[in-house]
Formats: sequence, C-alpha cells, structure tokens
Amino acid sequence: MNPHPTMTAASTGAAAPAARLRWRHLLADYGIVLAFIVLCIALSVADENFLSWGNWVNILRQTSINGILAIGMTYVILTKGIDLSVGSLLAVSGIVAASLVTGETAHTPMLGIAAGLAVGAALGAVNGGLIAGLSVAPFVVTLGMLSVARGLTFIYNDGMPIAALSPGFRSIGQGMAAGIPVPVIILAATFFVFWFVLKYTTFGRAVYAVGGNEKSAKTSGINTARVTFFVYVISGALSALAGLILAARTTSALPQAGVAYELDAIAAVVIGGTSLSGGVGTLTGTLVGALIIGVINNGLDLLGVSSYYQQVIKGAIIVAAVLLDVSRKKQA
Amino acid sequence: MDHPLVHARGVAKSFNGVPALKNGCLSLQRGSVHALCGGNGAGKSTFLNILMGILRRDAGEVQVKGQAVDFASPHEAIEHRISIITQELSPIPGMTVAENIYLGREPKHGGLVINYPALFEQANALLRRLRFDIDARLLMGRLSLAQTQLVEIAKAFSRQSDIIIMDEPTSAIGESETGILFDAIRSVTAQGAGILYVSHRLSEIFTIADSYTVFRDGGFVESGKLADIDRRQLVKLIVGQEVRIADKKHKPAASGASLVSVKGLSREGEFDDISLEVAPGEVLGIYGLMGSGRSEFLNCLYGLTRPDAGEASLRGQPLPKGNPAASIKAGLSLVTEDRKATGLVLSSSVSFNTSLAALPELQHASIVDRKAERSLVDTMVQRMRIKLASPAMAVSGLSGGNQQKVVLARCMATQPVCLLCDEPTRGIDEGAKREVYAFLASFAEQGNAVIVVSSEAPEVLDLSDRIAIFRKGRLADVIDGHSATQEELLHLAS
Repeated sequence: MNPHPTMTAASTGAAAPAARLRWRHLLADYGIVLAFIVLCIALSVADENFLSWGNWVNILRQTSINGILAIGMTYVILTKGIDLSVGSLLAVSGIVAASLVTGETAHTPMLGIAAGLAVGAALGAVNGGLIAGLSVAPFVVTLGMLSVARGLTFIYNDGMPIAALSPGFRSIGQGMAAGIPVPVIILAATFFVFWFVLKYTTFGRAVYAVGGNEKSAKTSGINTARVTFFVYVISGALSALAGLILAARTTSALPQAGVAYELDAIAAVVIGGTSLSGGVGTLTGTLVGALIIGVINNGLDLLGVSSYYQQVIKGAIIVAAVLLDVSRKKQA
Repeated sequence: MDHPLVHARGVAKSFNGVPALKNGCLSLQRGSVHALCGGNGAGKSTFLNILMGILRRDAGEVQVKGQAVDFASPHEAIEHRISIITQELSPIPGMTVAENIYLGREPKHGGLVINYPALFEQANALLRRLRFDIDARLLMGRLSLAQTQLVEIAKAFSRQSDIIIMDEPTSAIGESETGILFDAIRSVTAQGAGILYVSHRLSEIFTIADSYTVFRDGGFVESGKLADIDRRQLVKLIVGQEVRIADKKHKPAASGASLVSVKGLSREGEFDDISLEVAPGEVLGIYGLMGSGRSEFLNCLYGLTRPDAGEASLRGQPLPKGNPAASIKAGLSLVTEDRKATGLVLSSSVSFNTSLAALPELQHASIVDRKAERSLVDTMVQRMRIKLASPAMAVSGLSGGNQQKVVLARCMATQPVCLLCDEPTRGIDEGAKREVYAFLASFAEQGNAVIVVSSEAPEVLDLSDRIAIFRKGRLADVIDGHSATQEELLHLAS
C-alpha cells in the first residue's frame, strides 16, 4: 500500500508506527553495513582463514586502490556526473612518476609523487573545464579522456613499462608502519580528509547542492561551475594517488595499468548507496561498498571460485544494490 | 443521461490510521465544469486518486453514470471513460502529435505496420472537431505548454472520455494560453463531457467553472453554483475563517532616497531599457503577460544572467553583474518561481536548504559552524512557522506551503534588505498564501523593499504599493497599486 504523503509527519506522534519507522530508517541507512557483516560471517564459516589478521591486511591492501578511486568518484557522482577516465589517469600519472624515480638518475620520491599528482590533477582539470565551462556531458568528456590519457601513457614510454623504481618510492606501495601496510594508511588518511570536507565544509555542502538541484544552488549564490570543475580535479588527483600506490606496489609502472578500474570504483559508490541522479550519498557508504567488493574478491579467491564467476557475482551484486536503493526510495 | 457523470458520497480513506479523507462528496453533471476547491491537505488528491483507481477507498460509494464502481486500477477508470490531465505532462517530444494521441492504439496495416496516413487523418479530424488549431504532423517537442495541454485533452477525447479531471492545468502556462485552454474546455463540455477542475487560482474558477465543491480537512464542506457566491465567500469556505484582504496598505514615506534603483537595464531578446526605483518600505509589483520579460528582468537584477546594458544599485552602491553570491552579500535575495525546479534541493534536509545561501556567514576557514547553523535554522523555522517533525527531515516530505516557507526562510537567512519574489505563491493553498502575503508586508514595513512578480492580477493588487506593467519586454507603465483595478492591469499589459 502506498503511504500517503502527509502520513509520515502525522504518525511520528504515535508510538508504534514511530518505532516501526525508526527500524525502517535504520535498515535503510545501515542496510549496506548489515549486508557487509552478513557477508563476512558467511565467508568466515566457509573458510577459517578468512578472519585471520594476515588475510584482512591483504583485503585492506587490495581495497586501498579502488577505495581511493571511489572517494573521488563519490564526489563526482554526487554532482550528478561520472568520471570514466580514472583508470587511464591512474596509468599516465603512475608512469610519469615512475620515470622520475627509476634507474641511476632517480630523483627524490617526493618529486615523483608531486609530478604524478600534478599530472592527474591537470588532466582532471581538463575534464572539469570542458564539463563546467563548456557544458559538455561528463560521460562524453571523460570517455574521451579515457582514450586520450591511455594513449598518452603508451606514447610517454613507447609502450614499455618502467621498472627498477627507487626503494624510497616503492615504500608507498610496499611499506609497513606499525604492522599496517602504507597503502591502507594512505586510504584511511584520504578517506578522513575527504569525509571531513564533504560533511563539514561549505564546499561539501555545495557538492550536494549542485547534484541535488543546480538551479537552486546557483540562486543560493553557489558558483556551480567552480564546484563542478574542482570535483573533477579531485577525482584526477586521487586517480594519480592510486596510480602511485599501484606502481610502487608492483615495482613497475605498466602502460596498461588500471584498465576498467572505473567500473569497480563506480560499483563501490553505487553499492554504498550514492544515487546516480546526484545529491544523495555518503563517503562512509562508499568505503563500505569498496570493502564489500574487496571481501567478495578475496572470499571467492579463498573458496577457489574462478575469476570468470567472480565477475558474474560482482555484477549481480551491483544490480541488487541498486534494486535495494530503488525499493528504499519507494518506501520513503 | 439522467444520471450524473460522477456521484460520490461519504468516500473515506485512511493511511495507517490517519484519515486523509473522511467524507468526500461530489456530483458532476454532463456538460458542466465543476471546480473542486480546498487547501493543501483538504483531501482533494486522495479523492481524485480514488476516482482514478490509484487508491482504493475504505468507505463510501462512488457511482459513474449511475453504476456503482470500485476501481482496483487506473485501467478500470479509463474503461469507464475517465481521464486525468495533471500538472506534469508526459508527452514524448520526439514523436508527432498524432503518434502521441494514439500511442499504443495506432491504426495498422495487417495488425503490424503503422498506417501513417490513416493515423494523421484520424488525428487531424479529432483536432478539427475540438477546434484545436494544431497540426497532427508537428513534433510534440515544438508545441508550447498550452498546446501540449490541448493535445492531452484531445488524447482524453480520443479515448471517448466524458469525465475529464484537470489538476492545476494552468500552473505552467500564461494568460493568453489560458484563454486557448478555456475555449477548449467550453468546446468539449458543449459536446457533453464533464470537467472536474482543480485549481488554486480562484479567478480562473470563476471564469470557467459553473459549480463548485469545497473540501476542508478531509471533509465535504459545501457545494453549489458559482453564480450564487462571490470570491470572498469562496475563500472563506476554503480557509474556514474570514480572511482579511489587503488591509496592509500603509503608504511608504514618499521622501528619502530610493533603496533600489535600476537604470536602463537591457538584455537582448528578453527586456529592454527598464528603469525603476523602489523606496524603503515599498512593495513594487511587476505585472505582465507570459513572455513580457518580467521573470527575466528579476533574474538579471539578481545576477543569474548578465545585462547587455544598464546599471542597478542597492542603497546607493552599484550592484555587481552576473554574480548571485555578491548580490546576496549586497542584500538581495531571490524567491524563485518554481520551488521544485529551481527553489529547493529536494533530496536534502530542511536544515540544509535553509542554511544553504547563508553558508558564507556561517563558516570559519570554509568549515561550517554547525552550532551557528542549528540556531539559525531553529530561528527561521520558528519565524516562518514551518510545520515539521525535525529540521533534519527531507524537505520533500513537507507540504507545498511549508516548502515555500523553506524557500523564504533560506532567503531571509542572508538578512536581505530587498526581496525579489517570482510568483511567490504558485501552487500553494489559500491559507499559506495569506501567510506569505502577511510576511512580505511586514518585511517591507521594517524599511525593506520587495519586488514581486506575479501573473495573478489579484495577488499583485493585494500586495503592491505601486505596480510596474511590463509589455513585450518594455516597461509600459507604472501605476498606483492602491487605486488600480484588475481590468486596468489586464488592459495595460495586453
């Protein structure tokens, strides 16, 4: 039965419906966390190694790259946009950084990191400029960038990987601090910074407003073009950060690195409850979404499921998450 | 033919024990336009939804053409030749008028391939019979809103509907187009159909409808012939108590510098060479037909667009061009026309929407001061008397009137000295309208200025100290709002 629009406000006064409503809201808000816990319990029953510390360190390390991409992607999708170029930006930034920290003429790791981040942010700015300044559809702009940046990656070193990275640089992918892998620490720090920005700053509010109703945001004095522009710069810079970690972890920058990574990033955002129509979603949800993907990959590996099946299962979960979101909206 | 088209008695519907409709009664006769009136929450939508088979009633009886019915689905209602035309039209813009009218029922060759010549001929014949001046071969996307509405009516007729429900059909169209729509309504009622007409615009009801039914708080109040009552009596029935109209007319002090001053503002294709002055304490109304450039002027003054020529100043300071953030800082605020399309971030909370424009004042180093925000929102909710469970609730959960109050609250949160209002009461009920009027009057009384654009002449007359008439992008005249009449406004504007 369809609840009447005026009912919600009216029935909060009565005790029984209010309690039921609260439960429903709790389920709607934390359903994804619940799903995550159920998934973990199921996998720990299926395989005793799943809950071991070593395995979790492994899951978190594998999740860090997708997690960082998904953070930028969340900002983009909150503004009703999409960034298909993250995988290519990851590769081009990684290879530029690697070229500066390889061989005998290796520069300090800081220079490589700075150069990589600058390349990612600059190409993100091209995305943002075209989308915000010239009003080209985000899908089209970033689809073009997906191809352009991949091409640049091959051009940059003639299609050859760059190996023999300096130990200092490799530590951002392979190092450990207090028993925790450095990539996991980077993910945690990135998450905290961007979570704070989204929740507590005027820029964060503007991101929600632009995606929720751009005209209203404009009327409220928000420079919507600037917000849109910076969202793609952020996504580009975070793609670069992920690219640095990937190159450092695998000890070489491959020109074909990060192909199709945008799909996992978008999946994490969607599973985490962020609406593709903009204005609704949280970074916490995205983090849980990325963890779910990480746990599924890991769990299916542990159970010896072939990677072909893994893709099928992952796809089904994405669609199920959106279905959950749709039915949740119908209830609200 | 003896039976009324629709005859409903004691229709009731509750949601989780909360009654939305307690006693819905209505009788619609053949060839008549019957106005269903009532404020938001009066139970009109619930009643219409039951009539359309979208909801099922808990109690009461409904007869359609003498036959007792209880529709389980909209499909059954359509089979009984009932059609609804809502505010949100759903045409397929890339298809022709004919294809839209006969969607899913196209004449076919051998049951497979659409017979286009027959389709166009059929559609043109229908449009001619209804006297709608539209070519069935035109693409839907090229029609005006009013024409789109006419096509919807034609579609209802092509299904042989003789009961047509119109829910706020004029909320998105201008006066001249309203005239076309009304001609169409007269033409279809002359052919025996009955129209159930829902609108907040009372002047329209008196123009087009012949009888009325008023609902209030989910119950039937009264029904009768419109010829037997006047506007004031109808408002009283809808609101439930006598409403004082327009006793705010304090004359602002004529002396002193003007608060807002506009000199020769122009924008290509929108408006040309507009010069205006607004004094402190004054409400300036802007009246004009659709396409007269009234809203475009307001948007440009606020900075949503850039003028090609001209200047504007507020309190003697030149206003920045094309920069809403700077306009807000200077003391302007814009109450937009359509709270759903441009006014509110519907997916966010009441609190988020209320503080959105004031954030520059609520932040330190870009970090929002949540305590200051909460106290601002609480103050605004109280001041605007917004009825809500909690400021954290989604703004989409509020009634139309309360949503409009959130728009006003957001505007007031930046402490403006001049409010620009574009259709500030569109689509909200009589009671909420009165609250908005009272609010604007008291805002002006404190020495501030209000510029209000409205397409409803009575609204402009009620509110304004002076009225600027826009005609085809130019300022045609400025007249005294205390002595002007509705006829005068219409005369000058057209």
